[in-house]
Amino acid sequence: MNLKLAKKLLAKVAFLILLAAILIFTVFPFYYAILTSFESGSDLFTVEYWFSSFDLANYKSVLGEASFVTSIWNSILVASSTVVIAMAFGLTAAYALGRVKFRGRGAVLMIVLSVSMFPQVAVLSGLFEVIRAMNLYNDPLALIFSYTIFTLPFTVWILTTFMRQLPKELEEAAIVDGASPLTTLFRVFIPLMWPAMATTGLLAFIAAWNEFLFALTFTLTNSERTVPVAIALITGGSQHELPWGNLMAASVIVTVPLVVLVLIFQRRIVSGLTAGAVKG
Amino acid sequence: MACVELKKINKTFGGVEVLPGVDLRIEDGEFVVFVGPSGCGKSTLLRLIAGLEDPTAGDIDIDGEVVTDLSPKERGVGMVFQSYALYPHMSVYENIAFGLKLGKAKKEKIREWVEKTAEVLQLDKLMDRKPRELSGGQRQRVAIGRAMAREPKIMLFDEPLSNLDASLRVQMRTEIAKLHDRLQSTMIYVTHDQVEAMTLADKIVVLNRGNVEQVGTPYELYETPASLFVAGFIGSPKMNLMPGKVIGSTGGATTRVAIDGLGQVTADRDTSALETGDDVTVGIRPEHFQLSLGGQDTGLEVVNVEYLGNEAYVYAALPGMDELMVVRQPVPCEVKPGQRVTLTTEPACVHLFDSQGLALGSKAERVAGDDAEQAAVRRA
Repeated sequence: MNLKLAKKLLAKVAFLILLAAILIFTVFPFYYAILTSFESGSDLFTVEYWFSSFDLANYKSVLGEASFVTSIWNSILVASSTVVIAMAFGLTAAYALGRVKFRGRGAVLMIVLSVSMFPQVAVLSGLFEVIRAMNLYNDPLALIFSYTIFTLPFTVWILTTFMRQLPKELEEAAIVDGASPLTTLFRVFIPLMWPAMATTGLLAFIAAWNEFLFALTFTLTNSERTVPVAIALITGGSQHELPWGNLMAASVIVTVPLVVLVLIFQRRIVSGLTAGAVKG
Repeated sequence: MACVELKKINKTFGGVEVLPGVDLRIEDGEFVVFVGPSGCGKSTLLRLIAGLEDPTAGDIDIDGEVVTDLSPKERGVGMVFQSYALYPHMSVYENIAFGLKLGKAKKEKIREWVEKTAEVLQLDKLMDRKPRELSGGQRQRVAIGRAMAREPKIMLFDEPLSNLDASLRVQMRTEIAKLHDRLQSTMIYVTHDQVEAMTLADKIVVLNRGNVEQVGTPYELYETPASLFVAGFIGSPKMNLMPGKVIGSTGGATTRVAIDGLGQVTADRDTSALETGDDVTVGIRPEHFQLSLGGQDTGLEVVNVEYLGNEAYVYAALPGMDELMVVRQPVPCEVKPGQRVTLTTEPACVHLFDSQGLALGSKAERVAGDDAEQAAVRRA
C-alpha cells in the first residue's frame, strides 16, 4: 500500500519536474528579454535572474523613434490584411473542398499542400521578380501578397478538415430551407467554425507578424518595413556597440500583442460549440 | 397539399443499383410510410422526393408537374432529419424562421408564422433557447416546426423518432399523428420500425432491396401479405413460415397442404395455379394457432416460454427447421418447456406462398389477389 503511494508520489514529482524543465526552456529566453529590457547602462552586462531595476528608458528610446512606430503599424496592417484575405479565400476554398464532391478534389488538396513544401528561400528570387513585375517593390502590398501565398495552404487544409466534420444533415437542412451555397456557408457554417477560424487566423497572423526574409527582401526604406526587420536593423552609436537594451525593449513590444491575441482568442476557442446540432 | 408520383425512378450509386425502378403514387393528404430493413433504399427514395439526390433515371411529379430538376425549396417540401440537424448557433425562433427569412417574407409575417407554428408544437415557451438547451423530444419538435413553418406541400420525415427513448417515441408518434390530422398535408415518413409504420400510416410501402414489395393499408399488409418478404417483415413476433407440399387436389374451395413434422393443414386459398405435389411455403401467424397439450410422443416439443405480462410466447421446435415456431398464448399460460403440444389452425388463417415467394390469393377476398398480381407484375 505504502509502496503504491510512494510510486504515485514519485510519478507526480517526476511529472512536475519535467513540466518545470519544459517551462523554463521555453519561457526563460522571453523572461530574460523582459528582464534585460528594464535595465540600462552597465547593468546590462551583469547576469541577474530577478528584477533589480525598473527603468523604462529603453522603451522610451525605442518608441521615440518614428521609424520603429511606423514599422509597428506596417506589421499590423500586413498581418491583419493577410489574415483577412487568407480567411476569405480559405473559407470559400474549404467549402468547395470539404463539402462539394468533384473530380480531382484530392489532387487539388495535394497541390495546395505541396505549395507549402517549398522553402521560402527557394521561391525568393522568383517571387522577387514577380513583385518587381507587379510594381509592388518596397510596398506593404508585396508582403501581403507573398504572405497570403504561404498562409493559404495551411489555412485551407485546417478549415477543410473542420468543414468536413460539420454534419451533412445541417447542410441539407439549409438546402431544404432554400439556402444558396453562399448563404449556407455564411449563415450556417461560419458561425459554427469560430474555433477553427480563431485557430487558423491566429496562426496566420503570427506567421505574417514574425516573417523576416520576405520583409527584408521586398522592402527598402524605413517607412515600409515591418517590425522584425526594424528590430534587426536597430543599431547603436558606433559599429561596435549593440544596443541590447533597445533590442530587448523592441522585442518585448512586438511580442506582447501576440500574447494578448492568443489570450483573447483562447476564450473564443470554446469546445462544444456544435453541441445540440445533431443527436446527443 | 399535393400528390406525388414517381415514374420508373432509378438510382445508382457508383455502379450499385439502389433503386432499380420504382413506380409509386402518393395521394393528396395521405400519410405514407416507407418501411423496410436497413439498406432497402427507403431513405434514398425519400431524399429523391426531397430533391437532395438526383435520380439516375425516371421522373418525379408533384401535382402533375415534373419536378425532377427542381431544388427542394422549389418543390415545396419540408424535411425532418433523423439527427434533427438544428442550427446550433440559432435560437428556436431563428431556427424556425430561417427558411422564412430566406424566402424574403416580411418581418411581422415571419413572426406571425413562427408563433403559429410554435403554438401548434407547444414550443412557445422555448423560443429563446438554443438547441443544446433542449431535450431530445423538444429538439425533434423544433425540427418539425422548422419543416412546417413554410407550409410545405409535402412533409418528409426521415426516421425522426429513432434517436428518442421508447416512451418519448410513443408520445411523439401520437403527436405526429395529431399533426397530420390537423394540417391534412401530404406526409411521407421513413422508418424501419414496423410499429411506427402500422400506427401512423394511411398507406404503407414495403421496400426490399430497392423493390416495392407491397403497397397497402396496415390492415391489408397484415392480413394479406403479397409476398414472403412482407409476411415475414410485418408482424411481431413474425409469421411462422414452414415448407409444405400440396397433397390434395388444387383449385377447389380449400387445399390440403402437408407440413413436415406438423401434419396437414387446410388452406382457404386460390391454388388454381398450382398442381398436386408442388412445393409451397405455409405462413401462419403466432396468434392463429390453437395450442393443445399432446401425448408423450405426439406433437412438437416446447423449447421456451416467454412471459410478457399481457401474453406469452410459446416456442416449439419443428423437426428439420432451424427457426422455432412461435405461438401466442393468453396468460396464465399452462405450457412448460419440455412438454409436447399439438398445433391446429383455421383454413382462413393459413397463408400460402408459391416457389417465387408470391402469396396465393384468398378465395374470399379478390382484392388481396389483385395486390399479389400487382406485385408480380412489378417484379417482372
